[in-house]
Formats: sequence, C-alpha cells, structure tokens
Amino acid sequence: MAVATAEMLVEELRRAGEEGTPVRFRGGGTKLGWAANRDAPERELSTAGLDQIIEHNAGDLTAVLEAGVPLARAQAAFAEAGQMLALDPPDDGATIGGIVAAGDSGPLRSRYGGVRDLIVGVQVALSDGTVARAGGKVIKNVAGYDLAKLFTGSLGTLGAILEVSVRLHPLPPATTTAAGGSGDPETIARAAREVAHAPLEYMGLDVRWGGGDGAVLARFGGAASREQADAAGGILARAGVEAQVVDDDESIWRVQRDGQRSADWAVVRVSATQTDLQGLFAAADRLGGRLVGRAPLGLCWVILQDRSPEESDAAIETLRRDYAAVVLDAPPGLTADHWGPLDPAARGLMRRVRERFDPAGVCNPGAAP
Amino acid sequence: MDGGVATSQTDLGPLVAEWRAALGDEHVITHRHQLRTYESDGLLQYAVTPGAVVLPSSTEEVQEVVRSCHRAGVPWVARGAGSGLSGGATPVPDGVLISLSRMRRILEVDLDNQRVIVQPGVTNVAVSQAVGPTHFYPPDPSSQIVCTIGGNVAENSGGAHCFKYGFTTNYVTGLELVLPDGELVRLGGKGLDPPGYDLHGAFVGSEGTLAIATKIWLRVVPKPEGVRTLVAFFGSTAQAGEVVSEIVSSGIVPGAIEMMDNLSIRAAEGYTGAGYPVEAGAALVVELDGSEAECEARFEHVVAICERAGADSIRVARDEAERDLIWRARKAAFAAMGRVAPNYYVQDSVIPRTRLAEVLGRIEELAREYDLQVANVFHAGDGNLHPLVCYDGRNEGEAERAEECAGLIVKACVDAGGSITGEHGVGVDKKRYMPEMFSDADLGAFQRLRCAFDPEQRANPGKVMPTPRLCGEVPGPYRRHPLEEAGLAERF
Repeated sequence: MAVATAEMLVEELRRAGEEGTPVRFRGGGTKLGWAANRDAPERELSTAGLDQIIEHNAGDLTAVLEAGVPLARAQAAFAEAGQMLALDPPDDGATIGGIVAAGDSGPLRSRYGGVRDLIVGVQVALSDGTVARAGGKVIKNVAGYDLAKLFTGSLGTLGAILEVSVRLHPLPPATTTAAGGSGDPETIARAAREVAHAPLEYMGLDVRWGGGDGAVLARFGGAASREQADAAGGILARAGVEAQVVDDDESIWRVQRDGQRSADWAVVRVSATQTDLQGLFAAADRLGGRLVGRAPLGLCWVILQDRSPEESDAAIETLRRDYAAVVLDAPPGLTADHWGPLDPAARGLMRRVRERFDPAGVCNPGAAP
Repeated sequence: MDGGVATSQTDLGPLVAEWRAALGDEHVITHRHQLRTYESDGLLQYAVTPGAVVLPSSTEEVQEVVRSCHRAGVPWVARGAGSGLSGGATPVPDGVLISLSRMRRILEVDLDNQRVIVQPGVTNVAVSQAVGPTHFYPPDPSSQIVCTIGGNVAENSGGAHCFKYGFTTNYVTGLELVLPDGELVRLGGKGLDPPGYDLHGAFVGSEGTLAIATKIWLRVVPKPEGVRTLVAFFGSTAQAGEVVSEIVSSGIVPGAIEMMDNLSIRAAEGYTGAGYPVEAGAALVVELDGSEAECEARFEHVVAICERAGADSIRVARDEAERDLIWRARKAAFAAMGRVAPNYYVQDSVIPRTRLAEVLGRIEELAREYDLQVANVFHAGDGNLHPLVCYDGRNEGEAERAEECAGLIVKACVDAGGSITGEHGVGVDKKRYMPEMFSDADLGAFQRLRCAFDPEQRANPGKVMPTPRLCGEVPGPYRRHPLEEAGLAERF
C-alpha cells in the first residue's frame, strides 16, 4: 500500500501493530530479493509518497530528506551546490530510506564512511503509533542515544524510517583513478594494502577478483588528484601491479558498484579485514565466486555465479566458517539465512532491543536477527 | 565497617567483603577520605561520595562486581579518568563506583589491518603512540593525555580535528560489554558491518548508562604527509565566520578550524604570550593536512580567502615550533579564563555554522542583560560553540545568575537548529535541557534502548534522562510499579 503522507504511514503502522498484522516497508523496491525479505509479509507500506527534500542547508553541508526520496534525485539537487551525499550504493532506483534501512554502501565508503557515519539524525514510526526523533541536523551532537545508527541496517525490523538528516561533503570537481591488474592474488592484496597504508587521501580504494584475475583501483578527487593518482600508481608499480592513470573513470567504478548485485546469483557481503583479502580471493576461486571489495576496510561482496542454490548454500556455509557473511541477493531455492551465525549473547540482546521497539512484532519480522 | 559504607542506604557491607576477597583489599575503597577522590569528575560543582569504589583489573572482575550489584540491587557508575565535563561520572550515593583505571593494557596492535584492541583504561594519547609514526588515532579531545578510551566511548568524544576526521563513534569497530546483569556480549570486531543491529554504534555515546565496555576495537589511519597551519586575525567574529563559510563552501575540509573571540584572545595571550594581538576581534586558526601536493594547493587558497576577507594580519607557521605556538593560545583558552574571573560555566552547544553571527549576537545581548562576561571559543568547522560564562562565586547570587544566563545560551543554540551538547555529553549537567531538544516521545524511544540493556536501570542512574522513567515488562501483562502508584514516576 502506498501512503501519501508520513501521518498515513504512522497510522497504518499503528493499526498493523494493534491488529498484529506483519508489514514490511518498501522504498524503491530494489532489495526485495535479499535473503532477509524471503518470507516478508505480504502487507506492504510504501514510502513513495514521502518524497520531499525537506532541507538542503548548503552552507552547513547538511540535508533533511523524507525516506522515499530517491538517492539519485537528492544527489542531483546537492550537485547543483557542488555537494554530495557521500553514498554510492549500486541500485539507481533506491531511496534514502531503503539505503539506510539496508545499511547499503558503495566505493565511497573507504573515504567517507558508511550510512552509519553520514547519518546525523532520524525520525521513525513505531508499531504502537509512536513517532520519535533522535540525533539532530547538525554534524556534531552527542545528546541522547544514537538511534540513527540503531536503525541503520535494521531492515525495517524495528519500525519505519520517516525522515533522515545527513551530513554532506564537497563534490570533487574532477576525479582521477590509478588502476592496474594482476593474476596473482597475493600481489593484488599486497598492492592494495600498500596504498591503504600510504599517506594519500583516496576517495575510493577497491579490489576485484574472479576467474584467476584481479585489479586494484585507487581514486582521487582533491585539488591535487592527478599528483596523488600518480603517487598511487607508483606504489602499485613497486608492488608489482602495472597501473594506468585515467581521468575518465566513471565506468570503472560503475563496474565495482555493479559487482555488489546479481539478478541471478547469490551475493554475500563478507566482513573481512585487509589481511584476509588474499585468503578470500582464494576462497572465491574455490567456491566459483567473483568479488569486489573495499580494500582498506576488508568489506567484500562475493557473487556465487553459475552455482545451483544447493551449491551456493554450501559455499555460504563454507565462507561462514571463516568470516561473518551476510546474504544479500538470494535466488529462488537458496535457503541460507540472511544474517548467519551470531554470538548468542549478542543475538539475545538484539532480540530484547527489538521487543522494546516493536513489542507487537509486526515490523518485517522475518528479517530480524 | 568503614564510614563510607555505613552512610549508604543499601548495606554494601556483604558486597564489600565479597569484592575484597575477589579483587584484593587494596582495590576496594571504603574509607571516607579516600572516597572523596572520586566524588566528582571534571565538573567539580557536582560532588557525591560513592558508597564504595572498586578497581577491577580484568573483564572477569568487572563481571563479578556487576553481577553482585545486580543480585543486591545496587546501582553503579563506571569511570575512566574522571576528566569528563558533564558530571557523567558523578557517583550515586548508595552505589558503587567502578573505576576502570587498572584496565590499561593495549591488547593488540594490528597495524596490517589498521586496528588496535584496548582495555577501557588505556589513555587516548597512548593509542596514537602505539601506532606511530606511520599511523594515528584521530579523535583528540583536549584532555587526551589523561582521558581514557573507555570514557571516550561513553561520551563519543571529538576534539579539534573531528570536523575532518569524525568522532569516536566513527573509529570503534567492536566492543566487548559487561551488561548490567553481568552477561558478557561481543559486538563487532575488526571487520565492518557485522551481522545484526549496529549495537556498538548505538552504545558509543550512551554515557555509561547501558553497560561497561571492557574491550574496544579501534580503527587507526595513516598519518597525513603534510600539515600547514595559520592564524588570521579579524575585526569581528562575524567577519571570521564569513571566512569559515567561504573556506568550507569552496570544497576545502580543514583538519581543524578554530575561532576565538576578543575576550578569549586577551585571556589566552595574557596566559601564554603566544603573540596574538589583544585588540583583535577574532582569531581564526586554520590547519590543513593531507598529501603535500593537496595541502599546498589548498593552503594558498585559504590564505587568499583570508586576505580577500580583509584579515588584519595572517601568521603562517613555518615550522613545528611556530605551529605549537599558534595552538598554545587556543588550547590554553579554558585555563586562561582564570584571568577573567575566578569561576566560569562552560557550555558545549552546537549551532548550524551559518547561524553563527546571529547566535553570537544573542549571546552578547544575554551577557549585557546579565551583566556578565562571556568568552567564546569555537570549533568553527562543525559549529560547536564553547561559550564560557564568567562569574565570581564569592559574590552573592552571581553563580545563579551565570547559570541562568548559560541556560538561555543553550536555548538560543537549540532554537537556531542546534544541539545542547557537541562533545561533552549530557551527564547530570545538561539533562535539564534535554526537553529543549527532544519531545516526550523522543525520550521514550531512548528509554526503550535503555530498558533493553538495563531493565532495572542500575547503570549510571540519574544521567542523560531529565526525569526518571520506568521499564515496563516486555512482553507480558501490565503491572503498576510502586513508584508509579505513588505518582513519582511515569510509565513509559
């Protein structure tokens, strides 16, 4: 059901809570194929009507957005002032509310942090009709608990996100990327680590690996982006990766973002570290996967392509022996759980948190940790 | 039984005996004069003698103490270095103060992965020292030599460099917590985006009211290659404020950008002799860091902006000694206030940077109205004001007048779209201002998180929330709490 206003959404959610009818929240509908949404309730509350950019305070580099604002539309508005919300997850049609609820991110994360680091305030609706705010709209604020982080990545299991306040950054006027490849997983991992440890201010520092071939990409966007990219190219070369420096780099990074999604195969987000990368490349080869990753963060997306659902389930189980791995895109037939194993004490605490925020248990219950 | 114990409402005697056996006699303090050491944090106007102080040395000992408090229904307050400025570590009279100062081991330095794992009592500066010279830990509160990472996590500490680099919360990737019932929980670790809710994100800045962090995973970053620092002097804070806006809107993100008004310049100059002109209306310290090439290009731009805006003079640091001198005046601003008045209230409000001129005007008005001097020291990049309301506590009624004036300054900042606190925390000091910023429903939502962690509210009670609230049973039948029946608290 599409609601025209926040008030209507609040009322629909309250009613669902009262009746005990499970609901899910829908933004751009780009992540409905995630494992977390496998058994999602049929009753759907769409934020399509909540599409106002409430504030863009260019002088303060902040903005307040309704949940249903498509990120692309917000970015276009910010760009007019030479600014950006430093979030670049892959799906073009995604809304800010959906991106926050999913905690999704793209290559800019290596420099600017993820949703959790850019969100400064949130307004939420709970299943008992409560509407509450946390945080504010200034970039520095420690008053009250950080519920914006709590709701980031909660997949609509605590309540509905109505509005978010975010911190913006200057949009770099131009970008330059140093990129190079190698068929040796050790070389790729080491080269990426060398750049991550250099005193360079990259906008993005990514790796990719698949089918015995890999690449490192370092992107710069400052006043001296060319000099920095050349310096990064030098570091890569010394590490054994012959790099090219290119100014027209949009398509290279598009590929990295697209590597976080698959229409046909399972996609797993792996919380690794820098020194895990080489091992993860090898694991991807063994499991028939390809991956893209944020080199300084160790955060990787593995696509298990050309695998039956059963094979993918087995591959996910193997990955989970060594890494925390969350299943995003899940083709029909895949049974692996979205979150995977969790420390029982942590899971217990998360359940108690959920019971407090959604005592009726109606908010996308299947996706709850 | 010792004096301190005898005065507490709850009989801590049996617990004290238990703790002495578990932690050793010397790590359980009950003598009244020794307890006094712990009666305040950095905000001395709040002083409460705790029933006892315990100094555990391990996670297991913390668990033991907390578990026994849980059993006996005794409230507790965790404390790091006690350098906080909001009364967040003020003890509760019938409770126990848990000092984490003995848990000061750096457990792992994993430079390959740019992670450090520490116990809560490790000082902020020790983390940067452990990863130098190639890396550093960016959050740098001015108390960094003494303040602890555990305290930084509780308060989500910032510092002069947080406009560019972010706050404690952006650097914590994992936590080990002892919950108020003694259970041990591990959240996150070296990797990002661990499965489930971002509870470590929700925990940072919770001011000791949810649990005790006994192990903290931190991210560290490469040290910038170059640093350029200048101080520019202007006729007025409004003029300097324009410069800040122009620098930021031109796409430059300075490592630090700090402003002082005339009163703070005069006080600091008298104290440090750093060479700031005492007639200047405002001083603006701008520091850029990053790659040499990037720094150089940006720095020229900043100098040009300052010149164009009509700076009276600009001093560029040519070496580390000159850089230190520029910073000395800024860092001494609080201490130097002793030259203006014997006492001061420091506020920590935040405003949208673009409202600076308007809010400073309002502060000036209030200072006149209350016949008090108010100095302004300002983290200009992120809009964090530190108005220092000066007064002489020996004059009858002046402290009250200053407090009232400080309260109206906070209100002016919130009305401008800001916050009551940017880095010091709410604690006991600012909880009365919480309703200025948050509705009853907002506070109710905070309480839900509190109740999930600490349904009996034994962890640092009386902080953050303006009025006591209860935790209902969830799920389960509704039962009236005795306090509720007596009309002393509302059910949330």
